[in-house]
Amino acid sequence: MKKKVLAVVLASTMALALAACGGQAAATSAPAEPAAPAAVEEAPAEEPAPAEEAAPAEEAAPAEDAGGDLISVGFAQVGHESDWRTASTKSAQDVFSEANGYNLSFVDCDNDSAAQLEAVRSFIEQDVDYIIIDPIVSTGWDTVLGECEEAGIPVIVIDRTIDDSDKYVSWVGSDFLTEGKAAGEWLKAYADAQGIKEINALIIQGTTGSSAQIGRTDGFCEVADREGWTVLDKQTGDFTEAGGQEVMESFCKSYAGKFNVVVCENDNEAFGAMTAMDNAGVTYGPGNDVILISYDACTAGLKEVQAGKITADFECNPLAAPTVEQVIKTLQSGGTPEAQILVPDNWYALKDQIVPFSVDGNAMSMTEVTDAVIEAQY
Amino acid sequence: MNFKTWLMKVKKSQLLLPVVAMILVMAVNIIHDAATGAGAFSFFTITLQRTTSNGTILYGRIIDILNRGSEAALLALGMTLVVSASAGTDISVGSVMSLCASFCCMLLAGYGVSSTNDLAVPLVVGVIAGILMGCVCGAFNGLLVARLNIQPMVATLILYSAARAIGLLVCNDLIVYIRNDSFGFFGSFLGPIPTPIIITAICIAILALILKKTALGMYIQSVGINSRASRIAGLNSKMIIHLAYIVCGMFAGIAGIVASSRITSADSNNIGLYLEMDAILAVALGGNSLGGGKFSLAGSIIGAYTIQAITTTLYALGVSTNQAPVFKAIIVILIVAIQAPPVKAFIRKRNLNKATKGVA
Repeated sequence: MKKKVLAVVLASTMALALAACGGQAAATSAPAEPAAPAAVEEAPAEEPAPAEEAAPAEEAAPAEDAGGDLISVGFAQVGHESDWRTASTKSAQDVFSEANGYNLSFVDCDNDSAAQLEAVRSFIEQDVDYIIIDPIVSTGWDTVLGECEEAGIPVIVIDRTIDDSDKYVSWVGSDFLTEGKAAGEWLKAYADAQGIKEINALIIQGTTGSSAQIGRTDGFCEVADREGWTVLDKQTGDFTEAGGQEVMESFCKSYAGKFNVVVCENDNEAFGAMTAMDNAGVTYGPGNDVILISYDACTAGLKEVQAGKITADFECNPLAAPTVEQVIKTLQSGGTPEAQILVPDNWYALKDQIVPFSVDGNAMSMTEVTDAVIEAQY
Repeated sequence: MNFKTWLMKVKKSQLLLPVVAMILVMAVNIIHDAATGAGAFSFFTITLQRTTSNGTILYGRIIDILNRGSEAALLALGMTLVVSASAGTDISVGSVMSLCASFCCMLLAGYGVSSTNDLAVPLVVGVIAGILMGCVCGAFNGLLVARLNIQPMVATLILYSAARAIGLLVCNDLIVYIRNDSFGFFGSFLGPIPTPIIITAICIAILALILKKTALGMYIQSVGINSRASRIAGLNSKMIIHLAYIVCGMFAGIAGIVASSRITSADSNNIGLYLEMDAILAVALGGNSLGGGKFSLAGSIIGAYTIQAITTTLYALGVSTNQAPVFKAIIVILIVAIQAPPVKAFIRKRNLNKATKGVA
């Protein structure tokens, strides 16, 4: 009897689950399809974002059109793992559009380095005019870049670096070391202006070994060493909000009341650190106990700057495409572009937190966060 | 004499291993705290802390372990049943977590929206849909394993690789931020207690009650020990295995909701990453055989919290958590070695020798 009851219960549970299965499957596929075109339509609507930088590209467009043929460009992108990456992809698609005189073959390699080599080889087969690579790994490139050279296709490397080959025209990207130094130098200038004598910093690092983590940590610590600041602890938060939350939760217990600066190596970690500090009763942001410094300056990050939570945010500009286009133009006109070109980064803060500072002797200017700035950010 | 029989009982208990592992981890903290002069038990102190956002809350490292270990504990519950019934592991739970979180957030925000303060559908709808999505994934795994007799590792490998990708698809390749306090509830606090702890406690209580009050626990074990014999004895083996996978998927769904609620967003790339391995490790750490059959739910739960205790301890010691896998590896080696047949035989022989000597 008992067994029968159980059997009925089990059967009904499964029937329910299966019924839910059917219903669910329909529900998942249903919204996806009609929504897709909507998303496509939405994309151009957001276009005005990189207006400033895209402007020269638009001017150049008629000239290319007059030339008749489209310039074909192959772009082997890392993947789509973050907002930053999405912005980088969108920037390339905007700049190398047909309206601007380009024919872009875009391959999303989904963080698979073998697929990326495959993609580059297929570009060679297609005989594109230029190849853009954002290398997933920094080694193992010599052979395939040699093939590009033989085929006479110039290669431009963006964002991440290639260490074991120099068979490319230029590298275009951000200098993480400069970002780290900028954060340190700003903190020095800001602390001086505020009359803060002692700096006790905690660093929530990015994924250990990534170029962003190394550059940002080294840059900031260089200034910290020079100024004699105390770096209480460093711990990795893996560039995620959950990681930042867990690390900060622990920091708040280990160093309760001892720290006055928290450096998060990307915005998502900063969001996590904010929740953890809220729960530990620590106040942060301009005018509060803790100075919160973050990197990346994505839209969500700038909103927190505006809300007076992140004290200063140091950008890592994902919009490399306009700079790449300049390189291609130089090559088109027979010139030789520089081997290393930095994408201009901006440093963001609210008005009262903007202080003059310089990195390696170069005076830096900061951008005040306003609605318009947030609107224009990726 | 009384003490001796008690000692024998403890020695034979399946919980001995996980408890000893837990005590070892804790001991490291006591030594460290004492050595640094912070008071030997500062790791264990729980205080009331006034927050800027959630009123007064319980505050301490032990609370952190219970709180942060919730997801692993939830996954370990389902994993224990799956391991017991099918003698195989469900390696898709981490990815399923991510999919459930993405699906829930997508419904709450609306498709293609990357940041919202208002919910598109009532919170309950999103949460239940997310958990149901977990059940669906579990049902799919169960279908492959129980009905089509595919090896569990291979069958769940499908969703292991696909679920996270589907999650990204559902979220239109974006991190969906839901900046709404009501959604954050599952990852924050109910009164002074972190909600994840309460959710996990409720789940454990319900599952333990079902296993205790019905014969389900015994059915699962008997299917795991010998599914053909169980079938001949009148049990519907396939259905019981199928059910274990559905339950496992459901807990993955709940864990996914908790994980995304903590960060009030659906970060499909990172939610539940490598957590399936923690769940399997928790089951093994709990003294459960990965070959199926007899299981101890309590062991798995202690195992899950032990894993979190390792991470929290590393934070407290100021050691980079990149080294956590090394410590986990050491523990796994110890456990696997202790359970290995030659070692077991050696211990039995030694005990036997001792006993005969005692008689002589």
